[in-house]
Amino acid sequence: MQQTTDIITVEHLSHSFGDKAVLQDINLSIKKGEFVTILGPSGCGKTTLMRLIGGFLKAKEGKITIARQEMTQVPPHLRPVNTVFQRYALFPHLNVFENIAFGLKLKKLPKEVIQKKVKKVLKIVTMMDYEKRDVDSLSGGQQQRVAIARAIVNEPEVLLLDEPLAALDLKMRKDMQMEIKAMHKKLGISFLYVTHDQEEALTLSDRIVVMSDGKIQQIGSPTEIYNEPANSFVADFIGESNILNGVMLEDELVECAGLQFECVDKGFESNEQVDVVIRPEDIYIFDMSDAAQFSGVVTSSIFKGVHYEMMVTTHEGYEFMIQDYHCFDVGKTVGLKVKPFDIHVMKKERLCNTFDGTIVDKSHVKFLDNVFECPESANFTANTEVKVSVAFDEVTLFDSEDEGELKGVIRLILYKGNHYHLTVVVEGTDHIFVDTNDIWDDGDRIGISIAPKCIHVEPA
Amino acid sequence: MQNKMLSFLGRRRNWTIPYALFLAFFVLVPMTLIVYYAFTNPEGKFTIANIQKFWIHPEAMNTFIYSVVVALITTALCILIGYPAAYILSKMEARKAKLIVILFILPMWINFLIRTLATVALFDFFRIPLGEGALIFGMVYNFLPFMIYPIYNILQKTDPNLIEAAQDLGANPVQVFLKTELPLSIPGIISGILMVFMPVISTFAIAELLTINNIKLFGTTLQENIYNGTWNYGAALSLIMLLLIGLTALMNRDGNSKAAEEGNLI
Repeated sequence: MQQTTDIITVEHLSHSFGDKAVLQDINLSIKKGEFVTILGPSGCGKTTLMRLIGGFLKAKEGKITIARQEMTQVPPHLRPVNTVFQRYALFPHLNVFENIAFGLKLKKLPKEVIQKKVKKVLKIVTMMDYEKRDVDSLSGGQQQRVAIARAIVNEPEVLLLDEPLAALDLKMRKDMQMEIKAMHKKLGISFLYVTHDQEEALTLSDRIVVMSDGKIQQIGSPTEIYNEPANSFVADFIGESNILNGVMLEDELVECAGLQFECVDKGFESNEQVDVVIRPEDIYIFDMSDAAQFSGVVTSSIFKGVHYEMMVTTHEGYEFMIQDYHCFDVGKTVGLKVKPFDIHVMKKERLCNTFDGTIVDKSHVKFLDNVFECPESANFTANTEVKVSVAFDEVTLFDSEDEGELKGVIRLILYKGNHYHLTVVVEGTDHIFVDTNDIWDDGDRIGISIAPKCIHVEPA
Repeated sequence: MQNKMLSFLGRRRNWTIPYALFLAFFVLVPMTLIVYYAFTNPEGKFTIANIQKFWIHPEAMNTFIYSVVVALITTALCILIGYPAAYILSKMEARKAKLIVILFILPMWINFLIRTLATVALFDFFRIPLGEGALIFGMVYNFLPFMIYPIYNILQKTDPNLIEAAQDLGANPVQVFLKTELPLSIPGIISGILMVFMPVISTFAIAELLTINNIKLFGTTLQENIYNGTWNYGAALSLIMLLLIGLTALMNRDGNSKAAEEGNLI
C-alpha cells in the first residue's frame, strides 16, 4: 500500500562536504500530491537535501527512490523532478517562451504541441501576453512565475522549490504563497518546498519537516508541529515560545519557574528533568486578583498590530513573553494564569555535556582534541577510554578566541526565562552546550575554558 | 595668483585638460593628417587617385586580401585552441585556474619582437623551414592569450544555477553545453575576435621575421610606403584599413558592448 502512494522515499541518507557532516541519517517519504516543506535555519542542510533529491549532488550514503525507481546515483536530466531555483535561474539569452519551451524542445516534441503546452502554463501562472518578452525586462515576481512555468510545463512527478519567494518583498510573497497553494491544488502533483520562513511553511504545507544541524527534528502537520513540538529547538523555531527548565514531580504535575503547575502530560519518571513550553498567547494576563496562579511586573510592552507583546518578570525571577489584546502598562503588577493543557512538557535531549575521552596521565584527560587538566584522572591508568561530562553552567566563555583552551562559534541561542542555553560549535565539528546569564549573539567567535574541578570522568 | 590657481584646480572639469590635449595631439591630429595625405598628391592638391590606385593596383589589393585570410585563419585557430582551454580552466578549482591563466599570459610580459625572434631561433634549431606555416604559428602563439582570457572570464562568471537548470530540464552534458554555456559565452568569443582579428591584419614584424620577408602582409605594405616616402599612397591604404577595421567593430557592436559590460576586454 505504502509503495504505491509514496512518490519519493529517502532512506538513511547522509552527506558530508570534506569532513563536515551536513546530513545525518535522513529518512523521509513524500506521498503523491502532497505538499511537504523542509523548514530550518540557514546551514541546517535543507538545501543539500533538496539538491540530493534533484540530483545535483551525489549522495555519499543512503538511498533515494523517486516514482518507485532507485535514483540515488542517477544524473539530474534523467530524474522525473523539476526545480524552481532560488534566484530563478532563467536563461538570459532566451525569451519567456523559449525559456519555458526549453525542456519540451529537448524532448523533441512537435512544434504545435510545444506551443499549446507553453500557452497553457502561461495561463496557469497568469503571464499570457509575455511570450516574446526578454526575461531581464520582467519584475522579480514575473520572473518567479516564469521559473515555475518552466518547471511545471514538463509535468514532473514532483516539483522542487528552493526558497522560491526569498527574493520577493513581503506583500508579493504573501500573494505568491496563495498562488503556489492554488497551483498545487490544480496540478495535483507533489511539491517539495524548502524554506527558512516558519510562517510560510505553516501556511502552505500538508506536512512540515523541521531540520536542524543536518538532522530531522520533527515531521508533522502544521498544527502538530505548532502544538506538540518534539523538542525545545522546534518549539523555539516555530512561532514564539517561553521555554523553561522544569522537573516532573509526578504525572500531571510539573515544577518550573519556581512554581508548580498542573499539566496533562504523564509517563515521565518522577523528578525527571524536562523542558516546558508555554506559548505567549496561552498565558492569561489580568489585573492582580485571587484568580492569579502567579504574578509579575510588566517590563516592556510593544504594540504588534493585532496584539500587544509584553515581557513580564515574575516574583520568582523568571521572564515570560505574553501576547494579549489588552495592554498592561510597564511597571504594573499583573496576575498570570496558565491552563493545564496549554503547558507542553518535553523530554530533555541532554542533561549535561558528554564527550568520549582518553586519560593522558594522573592529572590530564584528552577530549575534543585537547588535553585538559583534571584531578579525577588520578583514578585511572593512562590511555583508558573514559566518558567525560561537564555541566552546562560550568563552561566559561571568553570574548577573545585566543583565551581559553578551545575556540568556538555560537550557533543557537535559547532563552530559558532566566538564563540562556547556547549551542557552541567547537572547531567546526563538535558541540558544547552552555548555560549562561551573559548575552551573546548568534555567530560570535569565542574562547572556551573549563575549570579542572568541573571535569568529571567515569569509565566508558 | 595662488587663489586663482587653486580655484582652477578645484574645478574637476579642468582635470581633463591634459587628456584632451593628449587626444588632440596623438589621435585627432594624426587622423586628420592621414585623411589629408590620403586625398592629396605630393604637391598638396586634392585628388582621389591614391584611393583609386588601391582598387586598380593588384598587388596592394592581393596583399590586403591575403592579410584578411591570414587574420581569419589565425582567429579561427585561436578560437579552436583557446575555447577548450578556457572551458577546461573555467571548470577547474579557482586557485589552480588563476595560476594557469597567469602562465598563459606570462609570455605577454616579454616584448613580442623578442618572443618572435626566439620563435625564429627555435624553428632554425629544429630545421623547420620558415614561411607560411611559421607565420600562422607565430600569429597564433602571439595572440592566443587574447582569445583565452575573455572567454575564460565569461565562462567562469556563468551562473552555475543556469547549468543546473538546464540539467534539471532534461539536458544531457552535450546539450547543456550547446544550449546554455556556448550561447552564454558568445560575448567572450566576440571580445576575443576583436582582440585577435584586428591587430593581426596590421601586424608586419611577425610576418617579416617568420617568413624572412617572403610573405608580405598589409601591414608590411603600409610600412614600406611610409618608409619609401610615398606618404600619400600609404595614408590612403591606412585609411582604408582603418575603415574596414572600424566596420568589423561596428558589426560586433552589440556583442562588444555586452562584453565590455562584463569587463571582458583586457
